Amino acid sequence: MSASVLYDSPGPKAVVRNRIYAVVGSLAIAALIVVSLMRLADKGHLAPEMWDIFNYSGIRQNIADAVVATLKAFGLAAIGSLVLGVLLAVGRLSDHQPIRWAATAFIELFRSLPLLITIYAIWVGFLTDYSMWALAAGLSIYNGCVQAEVLRAGVNSVPKGQSEAAYALGMSKTQVMTTVLMPQAVRSMLPTIISQLVVTLKDTSLGFIILYPELLQTARLIASNTQVNGIYPYVSTTIVVGTIYIAMCLLLSALATWIEKRGRRAKTGIKVAPGVQTPSIPMVGAVPDSGGGGAGGAGPTADGAAGAGVSKD
Amino acid sequence: MNVLLDNFPAFRDGFIGTVSITAVSSLIALVLGVVVAGFRVSPVPPLRYFGTAWVTLMRNTPLTLLFLIFFFVVPEILFPGMSPFVLGSLALGFYTSSFVCEAVRSGINTVPLGQAEAARSVGMTFAQTLKIVVLPQATRTVIPPLSSIFIALTKNSAIAGAFSNTELFGWQKLMSDKGYDIVPVFIWVALGYLVVTFTISGLFRLLERRMEVAR
Repeated sequence: MSASVLYDSPGPKAVVRNRIYAVVGSLAIAALIVVSLMRLADKGHLAPEMWDIFNYSGIRQNIADAVVATLKAFGLAAIGSLVLGVLLAVGRLSDHQPIRWAATAFIELFRSLPLLITIYAIWVGFLTDYSMWALAAGLSIYNGCVQAEVLRAGVNSVPKGQSEAAYALGMSKTQVMTTVLMPQAVRSMLPTIISQLVVTLKDTSLGFIILYPELLQTARLIASNTQVNGIYPYVSTTIVVGTIYIAMCLLLSALATWIEKRGRRAKTGIKVAPGVQTPSIPMVGAVPDSGGGGAGGAGPTADGAAGAGVSKD
Repeated sequence: MNVLLDNFPAFRDGFIGTVSITAVSSLIALVLGVVVAGFRVSPVPPLRYFGTAWVTLMRNTPLTLLFLIFFFVVPEILFPGMSPFVLGSLALGFYTSSFVCEAVRSGINTVPLGQAEAARSVGMTFAQTLKIVVLPQATRTVIPPLSSIFIALTKNSAIAGAFSNTELFGWQKLMSDKGYDIVPVFIWVALGYLVVTFTISGLFRLLERRMEVAR
């Protein structure tokens, strides 16, 4: 949108200039990639033997185990952070001042500390032999605080009339929170909650530092234990593991955008509903057509109205 | 109490390390982020694709993996023997630049359309429109998100400590290896980070108030 506003539609001179920029720009980027690939090839990182290690069933098993370990830590952290997030959000919105203060202090403290510091302290101080639980606990605490703030924003964005109406019906505070406010808050904040879950998934890689055998730690072990042609295959393992990470994160964010779109569609769906009845009256014989006809019939009228609005402007 | 007094020089070095790596990498992130944001709205398609690819790649890569790439792959491509400080701040700066880019791009979107249209109708080129008209106005809306991005950067700098940089997390690790109790160590490190993050948010609040006058 904004891009088209920032520059005129190019005339003949600008088209030529843009084309020159495009060629020069892509050449520069391509040159950068080619030079790095050549440097890597010179040092033997692109030799087929380097990539052949991924054909060994042992290494494949290692990577599969590591993905499972990462997902395990992520699952625990996701559940922990959501539960803690709900508790802290409710605590922060509580009517009792001490609870409110305690929740606020907890959130503000752990949100402003590096996650790594928390995880390391939990690992050394309490759970030395259980690095998975230390990782999950640290992730839950940090992300729980963030989720609590997200949920609080969601609860505050619910129109005031909702809780007033619920109180007028005689619901208790707990009922208002669990049956009226929280469901609406979660629904409106779902995209943000999921994008924070993506951050949680990325942060499981901090298990690397507390020696939890997740994907990154396994990659490092593979790279530093298998010597091929006299060098360690860091380049190939990082590329493989990086691809796995990016794929997992993109899948989760795709879920977030899908849910966001779905939420938007639901609102328009309510309006369209009565239009379905009309086509069944003129054409009784064409049963399979009626569904398509209904959708088609609703479409043009809406478009026509929009088109009329534009032309009037 | 003892753990701090006995090891104060190391703690001071760690604190200075955290501050300097934060400063250097936020400078890298700021410059790179604005440039990539410029790419993403530019009239030249390959640059736009490059910007989009950059942001998608950097945002979906765990920072720890990026550090691993910078410490084991990049020295193979560029000249070897770069100091961990340079590598660490490059990794942090590149990672954060994608977030800065998105903040700047959304800031550009909030500038009223009439401004860019007026700039174009006076005959300004794309670079002039962006530099003279749009970006200065976008600054105001970009500052609050930038503040939280830089605070996140400070927190992320702890990971550099795990990659042989001198900074506060490195101190925490050293102290717990020396056998000190983790709780006081944790409290002192936490205080160190809180000082840095509060300074950043204070500076940005000051900047925000300064900018507010122009409205």
